[in-house]
Amino acid sequence: MNVAVVKPTPERALGELFATARDRLPGSGIVSEVREAAFAEFAKRGLPNRRVEEWKYTDLRALLREVAPLAAAPDQAALAKAATAVAALDVIDAYKLVLVDGVFAPKLSDVSALEAGVRLNTLSEVLEDRDNKVRGDLLLTNATSDVMVSLNAAMATDGFVLNVDDNVALKKPIHIVHVATQTGTAAFTRSLLRVGKGAQATLVESFAAAAGAQTYQVHDAVVVWVGDDAQVQHVRLVEDSHDASNVSTAIVTLGAKTQFNSFNLTSGSVLSRYQGFLRFGGEHANATINGVNLLKDRQHGDTTLVLDHAVPHCDSREVFRAVVDDRAHSVFQGRINVHPDAQKTDARMMTRALLLSDEAEADNKPELEIFADDVQCGHGATTGALDESLLFYLRARGLSEKEAQALLIQAFVGEAMESIADEQLRELAIATAERWLAARG
Amino acid sequence: MSALLEVKNLQVRVEDREILHGLSLTVNKGEVHAIMGPNGSGKSTLSHVIAGKPGYEVTGGEILFKGEDLLEMSPDERAAKGVFLAFQYPVEIPGVATMTFLRTALNAQRKARGETELSTPDFLKKVREVAASLNIPQDMLRRGVNVGFSGGEKKRNEVLQMALFQPSLCILDEMDSGLDIDALRIAADGVNALRSSDRAMVVITHYQRLLNYIVPDYVHVMSKGRVVKSGGKELALELEESGYAQFEEQAA
Repeated sequence: MNVAVVKPTPERALGELFATARDRLPGSGIVSEVREAAFAEFAKRGLPNRRVEEWKYTDLRALLREVAPLAAAPDQAALAKAATAVAALDVIDAYKLVLVDGVFAPKLSDVSALEAGVRLNTLSEVLEDRDNKVRGDLLLTNATSDVMVSLNAAMATDGFVLNVDDNVALKKPIHIVHVATQTGTAAFTRSLLRVGKGAQATLVESFAAAAGAQTYQVHDAVVVWVGDDAQVQHVRLVEDSHDASNVSTAIVTLGAKTQFNSFNLTSGSVLSRYQGFLRFGGEHANATINGVNLLKDRQHGDTTLVLDHAVPHCDSREVFRAVVDDRAHSVFQGRINVHPDAQKTDARMMTRALLLSDEAEADNKPELEIFADDVQCGHGATTGALDESLLFYLRARGLSEKEAQALLIQAFVGEAMESIADEQLRELAIATAERWLAARG
Repeated sequence: MSALLEVKNLQVRVEDREILHGLSLTVNKGEVHAIMGPNGSGKSTLSHVIAGKPGYEVTGGEILFKGEDLLEMSPDERAAKGVFLAFQYPVEIPGVATMTFLRTALNAQRKARGETELSTPDFLKKVREVAASLNIPQDMLRRGVNVGFSGGEKKRNEVLQMALFQPSLCILDEMDSGLDIDALRIAADGVNALRSSDRAMVVITHYQRLLNYIVPDYVHVMSKGRVVKSGGKELALELEESGYAQFEEQAA
């Protein structure tokens, strides 16, 4: 047993992180090579700090300090705790796929119930499949060189590889549930969803903690390809424990005439970063990417979206709302790249922050880079407090201060939730926001 | 029998300026009082202070409501006790459906009074009845509170709330402002339907016109932060003839 009292330097901790995890990471051969290269990239650059422009408001070196050691595979006790946490989630009619501490938990999942037209594999089984010559590609992306995505590729233990066949319309959402049961460890997960041409699918992702799980880290990535004429809804709910960290990435590629509708709600985690990279790869596609941050105490929540309008005739809409209380800090960065050929792009981004205390902070960074000349791009950002005249009107009608605030906050975030087409998922988002408001007292 | 509302020698400041310089007013159950006066006489300030709007500093005097110190209560406590201010300019609240607002407010008041919350069917039935009597279409109730409402619709929405909450004191702040004669008549009819021996009303207005529709028992003339003359309903007609100028000199 090592009894050294010297705190390891971040660099040393980094090396140990991969060395000790290596034996547990699924995949050999090409997969190992991809992991080695990805980790080398991470080791070279380290956790992003404020001098990295994309991370300037979320300095992981200061806020996360170091990447926690890989979580152990869940034992029976952990699975039992996770089952309780899953049962406590809001009930939605969906195919539930549960990852406990980064490992697929079949007994907590609805695998057998999956509809015809959906193929499901776990990430670990595909990575272990030596006959699959392209299995290493599951850990690669050319959408971003973000270092946290490299770390995820190096360390991913499990996740799902889902294929929805062409022209299949799934009746129920696929619901990936991430449950943490441990304290002080990190789970690394990666899932891939390929939606065939003309198909329709809904992906829900929930992040939750089992009782007693504290200061854990979630490192997740989701890669989605939407085939031509397909329709995809994507809803994320981050309700991790109040001292956990969650660094997640979504990489989305849209085919022609697709409709992609995405909504993220972050109310948990002391530190969270959700970064979305969305690329329009076919004409006449339409994307709505909305989000809400509900932050209090000393929470830091960062939503960073990068949209690439690479082809003409695509529309994008982004509506983001932040409600920031106490000493919390919300970040929204929205980048829209309109490539030279992407004429007739129509891109709009609106972000609003509501500050509920004098010490709350919100940063909005819109960035538009436009290389085509016949486009419509617009963005707006506001930051302010609740309107006193509205509060007084409600209080004069009998609502307490907290009730009046809650009603106005619901209305404020409701604007970003209107776009959730599926009613049960919209209700789920509203219920999650209500829970946050109720916890304010 | 103690009065419903007793305002005694009330002095109120906004920032560095004193607006009310010792105003007194007593309102009993079943009475309708009109408060008239020129712009800037302090009429709206009085209504705001009674309802508990922030930003006013009471430097002297007191307000008793049903014998209790109203100034010690938060605006929502006052509402639950039965104080209702019909706003001169009802605010628009986008994203809060009128129905949701009405139910939340009614149940908050009931809860504060220790009463059970109204069930959804009972609530809906009650709102529909009241709305129908005020010519308020159902789709208006589904929209955001006052969002896109005309001036007349906003005032009718105030009367709707009054009818729903059944307060014991209604303060109508310039209810005629921005209304044409037809809209005024509908709103006034709604108010008149709520007149009862258990309820008092304070009607604040600049013009005598409103008092043709809501006929008061007493009329008070305010000028420069004081009540300078009180009388019966005939005082309103007198004012219409002679204007406020005489009182302004008197108050100065």
